[in-house]
Amino acid sequence: MSDYIHSVLLDPTKCTGCTTCMKHCPTEAIRVRSGCAEIDSRRCIDCGECIRNCTNHAKKSSYDSLEELKRFKFNVALPAPSICAQFDNLDDIGYVIQGLLDIGFDDVFEVSKGAEFVSAYTRLYLQAQGIRKPVISTACPVVTRLILLRFPFLKDNLLPLLPPMEVAAIMAREKAEKEHPELKPEEIGVTFISPCPAKVSYIRNTFGSYKSEIDLAVSMSEVYLRLISVMKRDRAPAVSTAAGRIGLSWAICGGEASALLNDRIIAADGITNVISVLEQIENGNIPPIDFVELNACPGGCIGGVLAIENPYVAKNRLHTLRRYLPVSQAEIGKDGLIPDDCIVDEFPSYQPLNRLSDNLSESIRLMQKIQAIRKELPGIDCGSCGAPNCRAFAEDIVMANADKNDCIIAYKDFIKDYIGNYGGDKHDSK
Amino acid sequence: MAESLRFHYDVDGGNFTSAGQASVQVKNNLSQLGLDPAVIRRVSIAMYEGEINMVIHADGGSADIIVDDSCVTIILADKGPGIADVEQAMQDGFSTAPDNIRSLGFGAGMGLPNMKRYTDFMQIDSVVGEGTTITMKVNF
Repeated sequence: MSDYIHSVLLDPTKCTGCTTCMKHCPTEAIRVRSGCAEIDSRRCIDCGECIRNCTNHAKKSSYDSLEELKRFKFNVALPAPSICAQFDNLDDIGYVIQGLLDIGFDDVFEVSKGAEFVSAYTRLYLQAQGIRKPVISTACPVVTRLILLRFPFLKDNLLPLLPPMEVAAIMAREKAEKEHPELKPEEIGVTFISPCPAKVSYIRNTFGSYKSEIDLAVSMSEVYLRLISVMKRDRAPAVSTAAGRIGLSWAICGGEASALLNDRIIAADGITNVISVLEQIENGNIPPIDFVELNACPGGCIGGVLAIENPYVAKNRLHTLRRYLPVSQAEIGKDGLIPDDCIVDEFPSYQPLNRLSDNLSESIRLMQKIQAIRKELPGIDCGSCGAPNCRAFAEDIVMANADKNDCIIAYKDFIKDYIGNYGGDKHDSK
Repeated sequence: MAESLRFHYDVDGGNFTSAGQASVQVKNNLSQLGLDPAVIRRVSIAMYEGEINMVIHADGGSADIIVDDSCVTIILADKGPGIADVEQAMQDGFSTAPDNIRSLGFGAGMGLPNMKRYTDFMQIDSVVGEGTTITMKVNF
Protein backbone atom coordinates (compact mmCIF):
# COMPACT_ATOMS: atom_id res chain seq x y z
CA MET A 1 0.00 0.00 0.00
CA SER A 2 2.97 2.33 -0.33
CA ASP A 3 1.37 3.64 -3.53
CA TYR A 4 -1.80 4.51 -1.61
CA ILE A 5 -3.09 7.98 -2.46
CA HIS A 6 -3.49 9.90 0.80
CA SER A 7 -5.68 12.88 1.51
CA VAL A 8 -3.93 14.03 4.66
CA LEU A 9 -1.13 16.30 3.55
CA LEU A 10 1.56 18.44 5.11
CA ASP A 11 2.38 22.01 4.20
CA PRO A 12 6.13 22.18 5.00
CA THR A 13 6.12 25.98 4.89
CA LYS A 14 3.82 26.10 7.92
CA CYS A 15 5.34 23.21 9.88
CA THR A 16 7.49 24.28 12.83
CA GLY A 17 8.59 20.76 13.72
CA CYS A 18 6.81 21.04 17.08
CA THR A 19 6.08 17.25 17.38
CA THR A 20 2.41 17.72 18.37
CA CYS A 21 1.06 15.78 15.38
CA MET A 22 3.64 13.05 15.90
CA LYS A 23 2.48 12.58 19.48
CA HIS A 24 -1.15 12.25 18.40
CA CYS A 25 -0.67 9.92 15.45
CA PRO A 26 -2.29 6.58 16.37
CA THR A 27 -0.18 4.54 13.96
CA GLU A 28 3.18 6.25 14.67
CA ALA A 29 3.29 7.30 11.03
CA ILE A 30 4.90 10.70 11.67
CA ARG A 31 8.53 11.55 12.28
CA VAL A 32 10.05 15.01 12.65
CA ARG A 33 13.28 15.32 10.69
CA SER A 34 15.31 18.50 10.24
CA GLY A 35 12.59 20.55 11.91
CA CYS A 36 9.74 19.36 9.72
CA ALA A 37 7.17 16.59 10.05
CA GLU A 38 7.12 13.70 7.58
CA ILE A 39 4.25 11.27 7.08
CA ASP A 40 5.03 7.62 6.33
CA SER A 41 2.57 6.79 3.60
CA ARG A 42 2.54 3.07 4.41
CA ARG A 43 1.40 3.67 7.98
CA CYS A 44 -0.97 6.63 7.52
CA ILE A 45 -4.65 5.70 7.77
CA ASP A 46 -5.94 9.22 6.91
CA CYS A 47 -7.68 9.52 10.27
CA GLY A 48 -7.06 13.27 10.42
CA GLU A 49 -5.83 13.32 14.05
CA CYS A 50 -2.82 15.37 12.95
CA ILE A 51 -5.09 17.89 11.20
CA ARG A 52 -7.22 18.09 14.33
CA ASN A 53 -4.21 18.72 16.58
CA CYS A 54 -1.84 20.85 14.50
CA THR A 55 -1.73 24.33 16.00
CA ASN A 56 0.03 25.77 12.94
CA HIS A 57 -2.49 24.53 10.36
CA ALA A 58 0.35 22.76 8.59
CA LYS A 59 -1.68 19.59 8.19
CA LYS A 60 -4.49 19.74 5.72
CA SER A 61 -6.89 17.60 3.80
CA SER A 62 -6.83 17.23 0.06
CA TYR A 63 -10.14 17.20 -1.84
CA ASP A 64 -11.52 18.20 -5.21
CA SER A 65 -12.42 21.79 -6.03
CA LEU A 66 -16.01 22.68 -6.81
CA GLU A 67 -14.64 24.05 -10.10
CA GLU A 68 -14.24 20.43 -11.22
CA LEU A 69 -18.01 20.16 -11.58
CA LYS A 70 -17.56 21.86 -14.96
CA ARG A 71 -16.13 18.62 -16.30
CA PHE A 72 -19.61 17.09 -16.32
CA LYS A 73 -22.85 17.95 -18.08
CA PHE A 74 -25.03 16.63 -15.29
CA ASN A 75 -23.93 16.79 -11.65
CA VAL A 76 -25.40 14.77 -8.81
CA ALA A 77 -24.55 15.79 -5.24
CA LEU A 78 -24.15 13.07 -2.63
CA PRO A 79 -24.30 14.92 0.71
CA ALA A 80 -23.08 12.94 3.75
CA PRO A 81 -25.81 12.89 6.45
CA SER A 82 -23.56 14.96 8.74
CA ILE A 83 -24.06 18.05 6.54
CA CYS A 84 -27.59 18.43 7.90
CA ALA A 85 -26.14 19.07 11.37
CA GLN A 86 -24.07 22.07 10.30
CA PHE A 87 -26.88 24.66 10.15
CA ASP A 88 -28.31 26.59 13.05
CA ASN A 89 -32.09 26.32 13.61
CA LEU A 90 -32.62 24.10 10.58
CA ASP A 91 -35.96 22.32 10.81
CA ASP A 92 -36.23 20.81 7.35
CA ILE A 93 -33.57 18.91 5.41
CA GLY A 94 -35.32 20.09 2.26
CA TYR A 95 -33.56 23.47 2.64
CA VAL A 96 -30.17 21.77 2.31
CA ILE A 97 -31.27 19.81 -0.75
CA GLN A 98 -32.73 22.95 -2.35
CA GLY A 99 -29.52 24.80 -1.50
CA LEU A 100 -27.41 22.19 -3.27
CA LEU A 101 -29.58 22.56 -6.38
CA ASP A 102 -29.24 26.34 -6.12
CA ILE A 103 -25.44 26.25 -6.04
CA GLY A 104 -25.36 24.33 -9.30
CA PHE A 105 -26.02 20.65 -8.80
CA ASP A 106 -28.59 19.12 -11.16
CA ASP A 107 -29.78 16.50 -8.71
CA VAL A 108 -29.22 15.44 -5.10
CA PHE A 109 -29.07 11.88 -3.84
CA GLU A 110 -28.71 11.75 -0.08
CA VAL A 111 -26.10 9.35 1.32
CA SER A 112 -28.52 8.85 4.22
CA LYS A 113 -30.77 7.04 1.76
CA GLY A 114 -27.90 4.76 0.71
CA ALA A 115 -27.21 4.24 4.42
CA GLU A 116 -30.75 2.97 5.00
CA PHE A 117 -30.19 0.33 2.34
CA VAL A 118 -26.88 -0.65 3.95
CA SER A 119 -28.72 -0.97 7.29
CA ALA A 120 -31.34 -3.21 5.69
CA TYR A 121 -28.67 -5.35 4.00
CA THR A 122 -26.69 -5.58 7.24
CA ARG A 123 -29.76 -6.91 9.04
CA LEU A 124 -30.02 -9.57 6.33
CA TYR A 125 -26.31 -10.37 6.50
CA LEU A 126 -26.43 -10.87 10.27
CA GLN A 127 -28.99 -13.64 9.78
CA ALA A 128 -26.64 -15.60 7.52
CA GLN A 129 -25.10 -18.81 8.81
CA GLY A 130 -21.38 -19.30 9.24
CA ILE A 131 -20.35 -15.64 9.44
CA ARG A 132 -17.69 -14.61 11.93
CA LYS A 133 -19.02 -12.47 14.75
CA PRO A 134 -18.84 -9.83 15.90
CA VAL A 135 -19.31 -8.37 12.44
CA ILE A 136 -17.35 -5.13 12.22
CA SER A 137 -18.68 -2.14 10.28
CA THR A 138 -16.77 -1.06 7.17
CA ALA A 139 -18.42 2.34 6.79
CA CYS A 140 -15.48 4.26 8.27
CA PRO A 141 -12.54 3.82 5.86
CA VAL A 142 -10.06 4.67 8.62
CA VAL A 143 -11.21 1.68 10.64
CA THR A 144 -11.16 -0.66 7.66
CA ARG A 145 -7.62 0.37 6.75
CA LEU A 146 -6.52 0.14 10.38
CA ILE A 147 -7.85 -3.41 10.64
CA LEU A 148 -6.21 -4.48 7.39
CA LEU A 149 -2.89 -3.02 8.53
CA ARG A 150 -2.85 -3.82 12.23
CA PHE A 151 -5.53 -6.39 13.06
CA PRO A 152 -5.21 -8.91 10.23
CA PHE A 153 -6.93 -11.61 12.23
CA LEU A 154 -10.13 -9.55 12.25
CA LYS A 155 -10.27 -9.27 8.45
CA ASP A 156 -12.91 -12.03 8.31
CA ASN A 157 -15.09 -10.08 10.74
CA LEU A 158 -15.41 -7.14 8.35
CA LEU A 159 -18.89 -6.45 6.99
CA PRO A 160 -18.56 -7.27 3.27
CA LEU A 161 -20.84 -4.46 2.12
CA LEU A 162 -20.02 -1.24 0.31
CA PRO A 163 -20.24 1.87 2.50
CA PRO A 164 -23.36 4.08 2.21
CA MET A 165 -21.69 6.65 -0.05
CA GLU A 166 -20.90 3.97 -2.66
CA VAL A 167 -24.36 2.40 -2.47
CA ALA A 168 -25.80 5.91 -2.87
CA ALA A 169 -23.47 6.57 -5.83
CA ILE A 170 -24.59 3.39 -7.61
CA MET A 171 -28.25 4.30 -7.09
CA ALA A 172 -27.71 7.95 -8.03
CA ARG A 173 -26.02 6.98 -11.27
CA GLU A 174 -28.78 4.52 -12.17
CA LYS A 175 -31.39 7.17 -11.46
CA ALA A 176 -29.62 9.80 -13.58
CA GLU A 177 -29.13 7.40 -16.50
CA LYS A 178 -32.78 6.39 -16.39
CA GLU A 179 -34.16 9.92 -16.11
CA HIS A 180 -31.78 11.38 -18.67
CA PRO A 181 -31.28 8.82 -21.43
CA GLU A 182 -29.84 11.60 -23.60
CA LEU A 183 -26.71 11.71 -21.41
CA LYS A 184 -23.66 9.54 -21.95
CA PRO A 185 -22.47 7.83 -18.74
CA GLU A 186 -19.26 9.88 -18.69
CA GLU A 187 -21.28 13.10 -18.81
CA ILE A 188 -22.81 12.32 -15.41
CA GLY A 189 -20.66 13.43 -12.48
CA VAL A 190 -21.31 12.05 -9.00
CA THR A 191 -19.86 14.26 -6.26
CA PHE A 192 -19.58 13.25 -2.62
CA ILE A 193 -19.65 16.03 -0.01
CA SER A 194 -17.22 14.65 2.54
CA PRO A 195 -16.87 15.31 6.28
CA CYS A 196 -13.35 13.81 6.36
CA PRO A 197 -10.16 13.15 4.37
CA ALA A 198 -10.45 9.36 4.82
CA LYS A 199 -13.51 9.15 2.61
CA VAL A 200 -11.72 11.27 0.01
CA SER A 201 -8.89 8.71 0.06
CA TYR A 202 -11.31 5.82 -0.22
CA ILE A 203 -12.76 7.37 -3.38
CA ARG A 204 -9.35 8.01 -4.93
CA ASN A 205 -7.92 4.53 -4.34
CA THR A 206 -9.10 1.19 -5.58
CA PHE A 207 -10.33 -0.91 -2.70
CA GLY A 208 -9.37 -4.51 -3.37
CA SER A 209 -10.89 -5.02 -6.79
CA TYR A 210 -13.47 -2.27 -6.29
CA LYS A 211 -13.16 1.10 -7.99
CA SER A 212 -15.28 3.88 -6.51
CA GLU A 213 -18.41 4.97 -8.41
CA ILE A 214 -17.84 8.52 -7.17
CA ASP A 215 -16.15 11.00 -9.51
CA LEU A 216 -15.38 13.88 -7.16
CA ALA A 217 -14.98 14.30 -3.43
CA VAL A 218 -15.44 17.86 -2.19
CA SER A 219 -15.08 19.36 1.26
CA MET A 220 -18.10 19.80 3.49
CA SER A 221 -16.69 23.12 4.80
CA GLU A 222 -16.40 24.55 1.28
CA VAL A 223 -19.90 23.46 0.33
CA TYR A 224 -21.18 24.83 3.63
CA LEU A 225 -19.86 28.30 2.85
CA ARG A 226 -21.55 28.23 -0.56
CA LEU A 227 -24.78 26.93 0.95
CA ILE A 228 -25.24 29.52 3.69
CA SER A 229 -25.25 32.29 1.10
CA VAL A 230 -28.10 30.67 -0.88
CA MET A 231 -30.17 29.09 1.89
CA LYS A 232 -32.60 31.92 2.52
CA ARG A 233 -35.24 29.76 4.18
CA ASP A 234 -37.88 32.44 3.50
CA ARG A 235 -40.39 29.92 2.20
CA ALA A 236 -40.90 26.19 2.65
CA PRO A 237 -38.60 24.11 0.44
CA ALA A 238 -40.09 22.47 -2.63
CA VAL A 239 -38.10 19.29 -2.08
CA SER A 240 -37.90 17.00 0.92
CA THR A 241 -35.61 14.34 2.30
CA ALA A 242 -35.77 10.84 0.84
CA ALA A 243 -34.40 9.27 4.02
CA GLY A 244 -35.64 8.67 7.54
CA ARG A 245 -34.35 8.60 11.10
CA ILE A 246 -32.10 5.64 10.41
CA GLY A 247 -30.29 7.27 7.51
CA LEU A 248 -29.80 10.60 9.25
CA SER A 249 -28.58 8.90 12.44
CA TRP A 250 -25.65 7.36 10.58
CA ALA A 251 -23.93 10.73 11.08
CA ILE A 252 -23.71 10.07 14.83
CA CYS A 253 -21.84 7.34 16.68
CA GLY A 254 -24.38 4.60 17.43
CA GLY A 255 -26.63 5.40 14.48
CA GLU A 256 -25.45 2.56 12.29
CA ALA A 257 -25.53 0.02 15.13
CA SER A 258 -28.93 0.99 16.50
CA ALA A 259 -30.42 0.66 12.99
CA LEU A 260 -29.90 -3.09 13.30
CA LEU A 261 -32.74 -3.25 15.86
CA ASN A 262 -30.64 -5.66 17.85
CA ASP A 263 -29.34 -5.33 21.41
CA ARG A 264 -26.14 -7.23 20.80
CA ILE A 265 -24.22 -4.23 19.50
CA ILE A 266 -21.31 -2.00 20.43
CA ALA A 267 -20.61 1.47 19.02
CA ALA A 268 -17.36 3.30 19.71
CA ASP A 269 -15.95 6.60 18.52
CA GLY A 270 -12.56 8.29 18.64
CA ILE A 271 -9.52 6.53 17.21
CA THR A 272 -7.95 5.52 20.55
CA ASN A 273 -11.24 4.00 21.72
CA VAL A 274 -11.56 2.21 18.39
CA ILE A 275 -8.11 0.68 18.82
CA SER A 276 -8.84 -0.51 22.35
CA VAL A 277 -12.12 -2.14 21.25
CA LEU A 278 -10.27 -3.91 18.42
CA GLU A 279 -7.55 -5.11 20.81
CA GLN A 280 -10.24 -6.52 23.06
CA ILE A 281 -12.05 -8.30 20.23
CA GLU A 282 -8.76 -9.76 19.05
CA ASN A 283 -8.05 -11.06 22.55
CA GLY A 284 -11.44 -12.77 22.60
CA ASN A 285 -12.30 -10.80 25.71
CA ILE A 286 -15.62 -9.41 24.55
CA PRO A 287 -19.14 -10.49 25.45
CA PRO A 288 -21.09 -12.33 22.73
CA ILE A 289 -22.21 -9.57 20.39
CA ASP A 290 -23.33 -9.49 16.79
CA PHE A 291 -22.14 -6.14 15.51
CA VAL A 292 -19.52 -3.51 16.22
CA GLU A 293 -19.74 0.00 14.84
CA LEU A 294 -16.49 1.91 14.94
CA ASN A 295 -15.98 5.57 14.07
CA ALA A 296 -12.51 7.10 13.96
CA CYS A 297 -13.80 10.60 14.68
CA PRO A 298 -15.16 11.75 18.04
CA GLY A 299 -18.95 11.62 17.99
CA GLY A 300 -19.01 9.81 14.63
CA CYS A 301 -18.95 11.43 11.18
CA ILE A 302 -20.18 14.73 12.64
CA GLY A 303 -16.72 14.89 14.25
CA GLY A 304 -14.90 14.77 10.88
CA VAL A 305 -12.23 17.41 10.33
CA LEU A 306 -14.04 18.83 7.28
CA ALA A 307 -17.24 19.40 9.28
CA ILE A 308 -17.73 22.84 10.77
CA GLU A 309 -19.81 22.56 13.89
CA ASN A 310 -18.67 21.14 17.22
CA PRO A 311 -19.80 17.47 17.13
CA TYR A 312 -21.83 17.75 20.33
CA VAL A 313 -23.82 20.71 19.06
CA ALA A 314 -24.19 18.87 15.75
CA LYS A 315 -25.55 15.82 17.53
CA ASN A 316 -28.17 17.90 19.29
CA ARG A 317 -29.29 19.37 15.96
CA LEU A 318 -29.65 15.95 14.39
CA HIS A 319 -31.87 14.85 17.26
CA THR A 320 -34.13 17.80 16.53
CA LEU A 321 -34.10 17.25 12.77
CA ARG A 322 -34.98 13.59 12.89
CA ARG A 323 -37.88 14.01 15.29
CA TYR A 324 -40.69 13.94 12.74
CA LEU A 325 -39.04 11.72 10.17
CA PRO A 326 -40.24 8.20 9.38
CA VAL A 327 -38.00 5.44 10.71
CA SER A 328 -36.69 4.56 7.26
CA GLN A 329 -37.64 5.21 3.66
CA ALA A 330 -35.62 2.39 2.12
CA GLU A 331 -37.59 -0.47 0.66
CA ILE A 332 -35.55 -3.47 -0.26
CA GLY A 333 -36.57 -6.16 -2.74
CA LYS A 334 -39.07 -8.79 -1.62
CA ASP A 335 -36.57 -11.58 -2.32
CA GLY A 336 -34.67 -10.61 0.81
CA LEU A 337 -31.35 -10.77 -1.02
CA ILE A 338 -28.47 -8.34 -0.91
CA PRO A 339 -27.77 -7.06 -4.45
CA ASP A 340 -24.48 -8.38 -5.82
CA ASP A 341 -23.23 -4.92 -6.69
CA CYS A 342 -23.33 -3.89 -3.01
CA ILE A 343 -21.22 -6.81 -1.83
CA VAL A 344 -17.45 -6.48 -1.37
CA ASP A 345 -15.86 -9.55 -2.96
CA GLU A 346 -12.40 -9.10 -1.53
CA PHE A 347 -10.75 -6.77 0.91
CA PRO A 348 -7.26 -5.51 0.12
CA SER A 349 -4.76 -8.09 1.31
CA TYR A 350 -2.95 -7.81 4.62
CA GLN A 351 0.11 -5.62 4.48
CA PRO A 352 2.46 -6.45 7.35
CA LEU A 353 2.86 -2.85 8.38
CA ASN A 354 5.48 -3.09 11.07
CA ARG A 355 7.35 -6.27 10.16
CA LEU A 356 11.07 -5.89 10.77
CA SER A 357 12.12 -8.28 7.99
CA ASP A 358 10.75 -11.16 5.95
CA ASN A 359 13.04 -13.65 7.64
CA LEU A 360 12.25 -14.74 11.20
CA SER A 361 15.86 -15.23 12.34
CA GLU A 362 16.72 -11.80 11.02
CA SER A 363 13.66 -10.27 12.70
CA ILE A 364 14.65 -11.86 16.00
CA ARG A 365 18.18 -10.49 15.64
CA LEU A 366 16.83 -7.00 14.91
CA MET A 367 14.41 -7.18 17.83
CA GLN A 368 17.30 -8.11 20.14
CA LYS A 369 19.18 -5.04 18.93
CA ILE A 370 16.09 -2.89 19.55
CA GLN A 371 15.83 -4.26 23.08
CA ALA A 372 19.51 -3.51 23.74
CA ILE A 373 19.20 0.07 22.46
CA ARG A 374 16.01 0.70 24.42
CA LYS A 375 17.90 -0.05 27.63
CA GLU A 376 20.31 2.77 26.83
CA LEU A 377 17.56 5.30 26.09
CA PRO A 378 16.06 7.47 28.85
CA GLY A 379 12.51 6.11 28.37
CA ILE A 380 10.84 9.48 28.88
CA ASP A 381 9.24 9.49 25.41
CA CYS A 382 9.90 13.21 25.00
CA GLY A 383 9.82 13.14 21.19
CA SER A 384 12.79 15.52 20.80
CA CYS A 385 14.61 12.94 18.66
CA GLY A 386 11.79 13.16 16.11
CA ALA A 387 10.23 9.79 16.95
CA PRO A 388 7.04 9.54 19.03
CA ASN A 389 8.59 7.50 21.84
CA CYS A 390 11.81 5.76 22.86
CA ARG A 391 10.67 2.39 21.52
CA ALA A 392 9.88 3.81 18.08
CA PHE A 393 13.21 5.63 18.16
CA ALA A 394 15.09 2.40 18.97
CA GLU A 395 13.34 0.76 16.01
CA ASP A 396 14.27 3.66 13.77
CA ILE A 397 17.93 3.37 14.81
CA VAL A 398 18.00 -0.37 14.09
CA MET A 399 16.22 0.10 10.78
CA ALA A 400 18.86 2.77 9.95
CA ASN A 401 16.33 5.59 9.89
CA ALA A 402 17.77 7.49 12.85
CA ASP A 403 21.01 8.12 14.67
CA LYS A 404 21.37 7.50 18.38
CA ASN A 405 22.82 10.97 18.85
CA ASP A 406 19.42 12.38 17.84
CA CYS A 407 18.48 11.61 21.45
CA ILE A 408 19.37 14.79 23.31
CA ILE A 409 19.61 12.99 26.65
CA ALA A 410 21.94 10.30 25.31
CA TYR A 411 23.92 12.98 23.49
CA LYS A 412 24.26 15.01 26.68
CA ASP A 413 25.71 11.96 28.43
CA PHE A 414 28.06 11.47 25.51
CA ILE A 415 29.27 15.07 25.81
CA LYS A 416 29.71 14.69 29.57
CA ASP A 417 31.82 11.58 29.05
CA TYR A 418 33.81 13.33 26.37
CA ILE A 419 34.56 16.30 28.59
CA GLY A 420 35.37 13.96 31.46
CA ASN A 421 37.83 12.01 29.35
CA TYR A 422 39.44 14.86 27.49
CA GLY A 423 40.34 17.56 29.96
CA GLY A 424 36.98 18.71 31.22
CA ASP A 425 37.04 20.99 34.22
CA LYS A 426 36.92 19.24 37.54
CA HIS A 427 34.28 21.62 38.90
CA ASP A 428 31.87 20.45 36.18
CA SER A 429 31.75 16.87 37.44
CA LYS A 430 32.22 17.81 41.14
CA MET B 1 19.92 -19.96 14.91
CA ALA B 2 21.34 -17.45 17.33
CA GLU B 3 20.12 -17.18 20.90
CA SER B 4 16.37 -16.93 21.30
CA LEU B 5 14.53 -13.68 21.90
CA ARG B 6 13.00 -12.98 25.29
CA PHE B 7 10.45 -10.42 26.44
CA HIS B 8 9.90 -9.94 30.14
CA TYR B 9 6.90 -8.24 31.74
CA ASP B 10 6.03 -7.61 35.36
CA VAL B 11 2.29 -8.03 35.78
CA ASP B 12 1.08 -5.58 38.39
CA GLY B 13 -1.43 -7.17 40.75
CA GLY B 14 -2.72 -4.00 42.33
CA ASN B 15 -3.95 -2.45 39.12
CA PHE B 16 -6.91 -4.28 37.65
CA THR B 17 -7.65 -1.61 35.07
CA SER B 18 -4.31 -2.11 33.34
CA ALA B 19 -4.60 -5.92 33.33
CA GLY B 20 -4.17 -7.30 29.85
CA GLN B 21 -1.67 -4.71 28.68
CA ALA B 22 1.29 -7.08 28.57
CA SER B 23 -0.56 -9.26 26.08
CA VAL B 24 -1.18 -6.24 23.85
CA GLN B 25 2.55 -5.48 23.87
CA VAL B 26 3.40 -9.10 23.14
CA LYS B 27 1.01 -9.04 20.23
CA ASN B 28 2.67 -5.95 18.78
CA ASN B 29 6.14 -7.42 19.22
CA LEU B 30 5.21 -10.71 17.59
CA SER B 31 3.64 -8.96 14.63
CA GLN B 32 6.87 -7.02 14.18
CA LEU B 33 8.65 -10.35 13.98
CA GLY B 34 6.32 -11.25 11.14
CA LEU B 35 4.65 -14.29 12.73
CA ASP B 36 1.41 -15.61 11.26
CA PRO B 37 -1.60 -13.63 12.59
CA ALA B 38 -3.27 -16.89 13.69
CA VAL B 39 -0.22 -17.80 15.81
CA ILE B 40 -0.11 -14.31 17.28
CA ARG B 41 -3.75 -14.53 18.22
CA ARG B 42 -3.30 -17.89 19.98
CA VAL B 43 -0.34 -16.53 21.95
CA SER B 44 -2.14 -13.34 22.87
CA ILE B 45 -5.29 -15.11 24.05
CA ALA B 46 -3.35 -17.63 26.15
CA MET B 47 -1.20 -14.86 27.55
CA TYR B 48 -4.20 -12.61 28.22
CA GLU B 49 -6.05 -15.32 30.14
CA GLY B 50 -2.95 -16.09 32.18
CA GLU B 51 -2.27 -12.44 32.85
CA ILE B 52 -5.82 -11.86 34.11
CA ASN B 53 -5.54 -14.98 36.29
CA MET B 54 -2.40 -13.67 37.94
CA VAL B 55 -4.07 -10.33 38.63
CA ILE B 56 -7.23 -11.93 40.06
CA HIS B 57 -5.73 -14.73 42.11
CA ALA B 58 -2.07 -14.04 42.78
CA ASP B 59 -1.63 -10.28 43.16
CA GLY B 60 0.36 -10.22 39.94
CA GLY B 61 3.47 -12.02 38.81
CA SER B 62 5.79 -12.13 35.85
CA ALA B 63 5.43 -13.08 32.23
CA ASP B 64 8.29 -14.22 30.02
CA ILE B 65 7.87 -14.78 26.31
CA ILE B 66 10.57 -16.63 24.46
CA VAL B 67 10.63 -16.79 20.68
CA ASP B 68 12.80 -19.20 18.73
CA ASP B 69 12.58 -20.41 15.17
CA SER B 70 9.74 -22.87 15.67
CA CYS B 71 7.72 -21.87 18.70
CA VAL B 72 6.69 -19.20 21.17
CA THR B 73 7.03 -20.18 24.83
CA ILE B 74 5.06 -18.34 27.49
CA ILE B 75 6.10 -18.68 31.12
CA LEU B 76 3.80 -17.13 33.70
CA ALA B 77 5.06 -17.25 37.26
CA ASP B 78 3.41 -15.98 40.43
CA LYS B 79 3.78 -16.26 44.18
CA GLY B 80 0.05 -16.62 44.75
CA PRO B 81 -1.99 -19.15 46.74
CA GLY B 82 -1.34 -22.01 44.31
CA ILE B 83 -3.94 -24.31 42.77
CA ALA B 84 -5.17 -27.02 45.15
CA ASP B 85 -6.68 -29.33 42.55
CA VAL B 86 -5.28 -28.74 39.07
CA GLU B 87 -7.60 -31.27 37.42
CA GLN B 88 -10.66 -29.54 38.82
CA ALA B 89 -9.30 -26.12 37.88
CA MET B 90 -8.95 -27.29 34.28
CA GLN B 91 -12.67 -28.05 33.95
CA ASP B 92 -14.77 -25.65 31.89
CA GLY B 93 -16.72 -23.34 34.16
CA PHE B 94 -14.87 -24.04 37.41
CA SER B 95 -13.94 -20.77 39.05
CA THR B 96 -12.83 -19.48 42.43
CA ALA B 97 -12.95 -15.83 41.37
CA PRO B 98 -14.52 -13.53 43.98
CA ASP B 99 -17.83 -11.76 43.34
CA ASN B 100 -16.31 -8.33 42.71
CA ILE B 101 -14.28 -9.82 39.86
CA ARG B 102 -17.30 -11.66 38.46
CA SER B 103 -19.25 -8.44 38.41
CA LEU B 104 -16.67 -7.14 35.90
CA GLY B 105 -17.45 -10.00 33.56
CA PHE B 106 -14.54 -12.22 34.55
CA GLY B 107 -14.59 -15.47 36.52
CA ALA B 108 -16.44 -17.58 33.96
CA GLY B 109 -14.12 -20.48 34.69
CA MET B 110 -12.72 -20.53 31.17
CA GLY B 111 -9.25 -19.13 31.80
CA LEU B 112 -7.20 -22.30 32.15
CA PRO B 113 -9.29 -24.33 29.65
CA ASN B 114 -8.84 -21.56 27.08
CA MET B 115 -5.11 -21.44 27.72
CA LYS B 116 -4.92 -25.16 27.01
CA ARG B 117 -7.20 -24.90 24.00
CA TYR B 118 -5.14 -22.19 22.31
CA THR B 119 -1.70 -23.70 22.92
CA ASP B 120 0.10 -26.83 21.77
CA PHE B 121 1.63 -27.58 25.15
CA MET B 122 0.73 -26.51 28.66
CA GLN B 123 2.23 -27.48 31.98
CA ILE B 124 1.08 -26.28 35.40
CA ASP B 125 3.52 -26.42 38.31
CA SER B 126 1.74 -25.31 41.43
CA VAL B 127 2.44 -25.58 45.13
CA VAL B 128 -0.29 -24.48 47.53
CA GLY B 129 0.93 -21.52 49.54
CA GLU B 130 3.96 -20.94 47.33
CA GLY B 131 2.76 -20.11 43.86
CA THR B 132 2.13 -21.29 40.35
CA THR B 133 4.21 -21.44 37.21
CA ILE B 134 2.47 -22.14 33.92
CA THR B 135 4.49 -22.96 30.83
CA MET B 136 2.79 -22.90 27.45
CA LYS B 137 4.05 -23.37 23.91
CA VAL B 138 2.54 -22.37 20.61
CA ASN B 139 4.27 -24.01 17.64
CA PHE B 140 4.42 -22.53 14.17
